Amino acid sequence: MSRPEDTLSADVHYDDTEARKYTTSSRIQNIQASMTHRALELLDLPSPSLILDVGCGSGLSGEILSSLSPEEGGPHVWIGMDVSASMLDVALQRDVEGDLLLADIGQECPSAPEHSMPPSASARSNGCAMPRNNEQKKMITGAAVKAGFGAGLLEDDPDTKNAKLYLVLTVGAAVVDGKSGDITGVVQGMEGVDVMDARNRGKAGSGEIKKGSKAWIVKKKEQMERKGKVVKATSKYTGRKRRVAF
Amino acid sequence: MKVLSLNFLTCAVKACKSTTGSYPLHPKDAELVEDNLEVNSELLLNIMPRIDWPALSTTATELGFPSLPAQPPTKEELEADEKMLRDLHHLLMETQMMEGKLVCGNCGHEYAVREGIANFLLPAHLV
Repeated sequence: MSRPEDTLSADVHYDDTEARKYTTSSRIQNIQASMTHRALELLDLPSPSLILDVGCGSGLSGEILSSLSPEEGGPHVWIGMDVSASMLDVALQRDVEGDLLLADIGQECPSAPEHSMPPSASARSNGCAMPRNNEQKKMITGAAVKAGFGAGLLEDDPDTKNAKLYLVLTVGAAVVDGKSGDITGVVQGMEGVDVMDARNRGKAGSGEIKKGSKAWIVKKKEQMERKGKVVKATSKYTGRKRRVAF
Repeated sequence: MKVLSLNFLTCAVKACKSTTGSYPLHPKDAELVEDNLEVNSELLLNIMPRIDWPALSTTATELGFPSLPAQPPTKEELEADEKMLRDLHHLLMETQMMEGKLVCGNCGHEYAVREGIANFLLPAHLV
């Protein structure tokens, strides 16, 4: 998949023609709509709320936020930020309901600090990220944790080229109505979600293998085998002490 | 841009963030437009705890609205008083700032507002 940010920064790449192309593409519209609905599902907002859309573009997601019916917990009011003036221009022409700001999230953001935190005691926010590899994933979640959030990643359609990654940030109460306050609580009750919790892993098996033990010998033999050396077959006698001769 | 959004904005210059003068931003030469929107009482009740009341009072006075009570209304008061809810809705949701400037009280930087979009991109020497 080609990434526009590989070639140019977003404010330069999305000029008038690119912004129009982006907004009128039915494929992009579909993807944006499905991602917005997924994000709303993760947010699980019971009643109309105020939402900040960072990188709102032409307001494709915002339109959905404004159009939700009261049964679905909407309509939400949103404030959109984007660095591309052309994108915002398209949003203006499309007459979206949210407030728009021209701002660069890479620079300093104009949001008042005491307001940036989500409202209730336990709250979540989520975003769709496009990390290139595992290292970037680690960096993003690491930064979120450093900033005092609980961070988790939800991946839709993993290992396909349509993989979508949602970063779920949680704040506050550890346990709410029997669900834990982090991402595992958020996805609880959702269909088709496998929880892979790295925090539980490693407690059992990660202890150093003792040098000289059978497990250590087997590991070494596997290493040698991978190198292409000739290695004797492993049997029940592997690693056993010889009988004392005298 | 809604007055509601103004309540969430501060100066984007890093040095200003920690000073009290940078929040709220002061509207200047503001051209206001009124929309007719349906009152969404649930939303108003939801966002009330997040609104900085003193800042809202300042903004409202600067925009030429009658001054607000000193204390923010509680949830119960709002639920009981439909007129107050309507007034608040009118101020926060229906009043839109279309043209003008937002001025930081600390560094004096002016953020232009055009067609309801505020430009918070900083010139290179302020980044």
